[in-house]
Amino acid sequence: MSTMIGPYEQSEAAKTAYDARWERILACARLEQPDRMPVGLHSFFWPANYGGISYKEMMYDYDKAKKVTLDAAMEFEPDGVYPLILGTTIGRMLEKFDFKQLQWPGHGVGDMQPFQYLDREYMKAEEYDDFLFDPTGFYIHKYLPRILGVFEGFDKLPKFAGMHYLRSMYAMRPFALPEVRASFDKIVAAAEETNTLFAHHIDWVQRLNAAGFPLFNGGVATSPYDIVADYFRGATGMMKDLYRHKDKLKQVLDKMSTIVTKMTIENAKLANHPIVFIPIHWAPDAFMSPKQFEEFWWPPFRKMLMGMIEADLIPMPMWESDCTKRLEIIKDIPAGKCIYWFERTDMVKAFEVLGDRVALRGNLSPSLLTTGTPEEVDAGVKHLVDNIWNKGGKLILDGAFGIPDETPVENVRAMFGAARKYAG
Amino acid sequence: MNDMTDEEKQLVEWLADMNEDDAIALSNKMLLEDKKDPMRVLELCRTAMDIVGKRFEEGEYFLPELVLAGEMLDNIGSVAKPLIKQGEGGEAKKLGKVLIGTVHGDLHDIGKNIVSFMLDINGFDVKDIGIDVPVKTFIDEINAYQPDVVGLSGFLTLAFDSMKETIAAFDSAGMRDKFKIMIGGGQIDETVRAYTGADAFGVNAVEAVNLCRNWMGVAA
Repeated sequence: MSTMIGPYEQSEAAKTAYDARWERILACARLEQPDRMPVGLHSFFWPANYGGISYKEMMYDYDKAKKVTLDAAMEFEPDGVYPLILGTTIGRMLEKFDFKQLQWPGHGVGDMQPFQYLDREYMKAEEYDDFLFDPTGFYIHKYLPRILGVFEGFDKLPKFAGMHYLRSMYAMRPFALPEVRASFDKIVAAAEETNTLFAHHIDWVQRLNAAGFPLFNGGVATSPYDIVADYFRGATGMMKDLYRHKDKLKQVLDKMSTIVTKMTIENAKLANHPIVFIPIHWAPDAFMSPKQFEEFWWPPFRKMLMGMIEADLIPMPMWESDCTKRLEIIKDIPAGKCIYWFERTDMVKAFEVLGDRVALRGNLSPSLLTTGTPEEVDAGVKHLVDNIWNKGGKLILDGAFGIPDETPVENVRAMFGAARKYAG
Repeated sequence: MNDMTDEEKQLVEWLADMNEDDAIALSNKMLLEDKKDPMRVLELCRTAMDIVGKRFEEGEYFLPELVLAGEMLDNIGSVAKPLIKQGEGGEAKKLGKVLIGTVHGDLHDIGKNIVSFMLDINGFDVKDIGIDVPVKTFIDEINAYQPDVVGLSGFLTLAFDSMKETIAAFDSAGMRDKFKIMIGGGQIDETVRAYTGADAFGVNAVEAVNLCRNWMGVAA
């Protein structure tokens, strides 16, 4: 009996394979023993190299991007796949919104270079009060016009809070301004592009699922501290705020935590998928003292994790760089509810500290995957299997941050091959 | 600097303890009201930065403190430097010259800036040539500046190849043995060092300073 996934037929064999793969991931998250070690497929531009298209095409050409990513999934048969189209085929959307926070192929970087974030001050230190007083108003009048060119007329819009009776109409005159009308036209066109992107994403997920492969995560979220540091204050601004605007910063982090937790839960329900990927930028050992981490970074994030867990979601934070000194602190969550993905943290050490608390994901180093030989990759997988999986660790194998763009295909074959060879 | 007055000691302590408001108010008073020698105030700043650097090495301070220290130093410098009479003072003797930049294809600069700052406060002359630096620019800048050490920075995995290419170009230009090369950035490890042909890599700013000190024959 086959099943229909959208317009695509899922054979009985594909359904059995899909269920087995998904159960492997869920079993790990629950800290139960799956039938074999699951392997994730996560990347940005590696599928472009794999399929012989440019990074620019990967960002702009929905059909080519869908083909190369689906081809990769079919060859390597991972247990879960990152939403690769939503993550990378975003060039048209970025362009239509006139997004200011990235440079991408054709917009600041070459056709064979990945998109890169522009670290800037998108909210000034003296605007903390504006944000705290009325976050939505701050977004409408200040933040959105700064990061999305299409919103540039919105700084002219009236302040909504306080409007009443006839004032609620008198105050609306700015909507008739030419620059505001122009903004609305551009926003509608850009939103249509986002709809197109999502239609391709859904089509891609249906094809992936019909072939027997689960989507690893539905939603993506960001920790409250990282949102404020990366997307509002900028790296150096945020570091200075730890001293200069400590109390305001804490209030903003707490508010951001509440806002983002709600948003993340709503998005996950819409995506109908429990696993939420949360790339973590500002937790690394070198970035702040243990005291600062416990005072600023961890409380708003823990609150977010607990909110997600209570909503039956499975948070999957991806702890970038080396977070060894954070392990004891981030252990403070209920057992069997999260997947912790580590980038440069020693995975064996992470297993020792967190093995009875969370599933682990990762972490073949980028240098091994891009410059090593297939034999070295095989040995890298064996090391993780011997020291974690074979000792009862619930390990989901992956690259440190997925497959780096420049990874030779034979090394990816070695990674998946070694996983099957050593751990089922 | 053992011969400090109580007020001078206070300035050093406030700077080293990240007590920004008090430190800036005191340095402004010393420079603008008391007309203290600006060279002396800058010397006090250097003493404070030595303490900051030491606390960073010892794991008491982290990036936020380096960033704030750098900013306090800039603020005091902007008040003090215009007050320095021409021909007076002159820079303290530098330990060596370091040229640093982010390799082509990569736009990241936070790590590079921290390394430049730490090298500077540790007595090195630093020339920072920015981000996304083409191979030819590196070669031209090296010819002009004649550094003892070249630092290549990169955060993305594409930087592995950019670094390899840049170092190979130094070789072809016949300049490879004229300076030491250190690399650094989020994904850099010994495997990448060997791949690129660099002399050494560092995972943080302290390691960069120690590499340069060792190469210049300076005791740590």
